[in-house]
Amino acid sequence: MGKQIPIVDYLVLDDGDPHLMAHECSECGARYFDRRNACASCGGREFTQRPLPTDGVLRTFTIFGRSDKPFASGVVELSDGTSVKANIVGIDPDPDRIELGMKVDMTTFSAGTDDDGTEAICFGFAPSS
Amino acid sequence: MGQDVWVLGTHMTRFARYDDKDLIDLGSEACLGALDDGGVTIHDMGVLASGNLGEAAGGVGQRLQKQIGQTGIPVYNVANACATGATAFRTVLLTIKAGEADMGLAVGLEQMGKMGMLGGGRGGGRGDGRKVFTPRGRYGAVMGVEGRIGTGMMPGVFAQAGMEYAYENDGVGFDQFAKVAEKNHAHSVLNPLAQYQKEFSIDEIKQAEMISYPNTLLMCCPTGDGAAAAVLVGEEKLRSLSKEQQQRAVKVSASVLTSDPWTESCQVQPDVNTLTRNAAVQAYEQAGVGPEDLDLVELHDCFATAELVHYDNLQLCEPGGAGDFIDSGGPWRDGRTPVNVSGGLLSKGHPLGATGIANIYEVATHLRGEAGDRQIEGAKVGLTHVIGLGSACGVHILEKAAG
Ligand SMILES: [Zn+2]
Repeated sequence: MGKQIPIVDYLVLDDGDPHLMAHECSECGARYFDRRNACASCGGREFTQRPLPTDGVLRTFTIFGRSDKPFASGVVELSDGTSVKANIVGIDPDPDRIELGMKVDMTTFSAGTDDDGTEAICFGFAPSS
Repeated sequence: MGQDVWVLGTHMTRFARYDDKDLIDLGSEACLGALDDGGVTIHDMGVLASGNLGEAAGGVGQRLQKQIGQTGIPVYNVANACATGATAFRTVLLTIKAGEADMGLAVGLEQMGKMGMLGGGRGGGRGDGRKVFTPRGRYGAVMGVEGRIGTGMMPGVFAQAGMEYAYENDGVGFDQFAKVAEKNHAHSVLNPLAQYQKEFSIDEIKQAEMISYPNTLLMCCPTGDGAAAAVLVGEEKLRSLSKEQQQRAVKVSASVLTSDPWTESCQVQPDVNTLTRNAAVQAYEQAGVGPEDLDLVELHDCFATAELVHYDNLQLCEPGGAGDFIDSGGPWRDGRTPVNVSGGLLSKGHPLGATGIANIYEVATHLRGEAGDRQIEGAKVGLTHVIGLGSACGVHILEKAAG
């Protein structure tokens, strides 16, 4: 098996089970997935790394119907209250199947391989089994 | 703060696709129309604010001056997402309040042609031969994430805003969102300035091509070309003008612009609600009127889902009651608070920079009693609302002149 790289740097693959990692403001606890110069909530400039849980509920979703492969995108509220944007996977992208408020768990899958044989790993959320 | 400011003249082009006119033609038509409507000339203007997105770096205001009059006045070229027109309007208003001018011209203009807001995601390829995954940008992404890690595109954002409202409130679903589109398409039939003037049944709306569930094609605004302009005047100057000009003038009793305050969830998905709620509260306070006083509202229905959540954000319904409000016919032209009697963005069209002044044109025209077939009888107070993702929200409350 070749090397793997997370599709984004806030997806952590290599310290046990895959999970997301937020930059957490040291002063007010606000969480961000992207690099910030200062906290948009309190202005604090110190951040720590905060591992996030992988379970949550689906707060909202949409289904893009135009492409030949429709897909569902949504916002998940993780069990610690952090909001995450992601695709909803492991279920048909059908409004009669996907339920608002349903329990979901994070899952990972391949997003392609580069010319060095490195595989990019993406994450999504699937209905809890 | 400062003296009261009034709309003295206003005009808009029909929203459409114009192959035979350029951006400056459209802007000139709106500006000259607004000046004529106000009974004034470019030589009376002390400031010009021009709102446009597509050519935001292109000195559009100065290019307009070459057609409507180079008088050497200050020109502000304004870009603020879909709140661009409202921001241009407010720029002129603030200049008058600050005492730097007693009259000014605000214009919003856009030529979009067939460029889409519904287009596909950005590709991740670099096109330079070898592909080697390398983390880039603030998310350390090795490829494009749009469509792979959720969506940040407009149709998806506004669809999800509607679905989140449905999650939090009873009695809201696909049917309620479709009813919003049914209403606005029906309203548009009476508006000769609308890009589309065609009624659709609820079934036709629900069965149209699905763009981003729950919004079908007939629940998404079209792209198009157009312009709208307004001449603003300070109270003091207005009193020196003719009786007729004073009678037709419309008072701007609130002008508010907000951006997103920090919220937890808006870090991952734009929050179209909080800044609209904040703008509404400030506007009602400034104008000294409540939502129950409004005779008509032109709000930002870029998608049917957006209109529904803004019923609640603008306090047009009970908290959580947007589903009941549309079910009961409240926002229809003969309902409790008519919303988007112009046809709204869904039918009238949405040439981005023009929208935030076109809605002021619409409300002012009703307050003057000059809206023809679509006139809301006896209208005295109206509200306009626009929101641009990023985000920027503009709310104005307009009132008919006394007597
Ligand atoms: Zn902070």
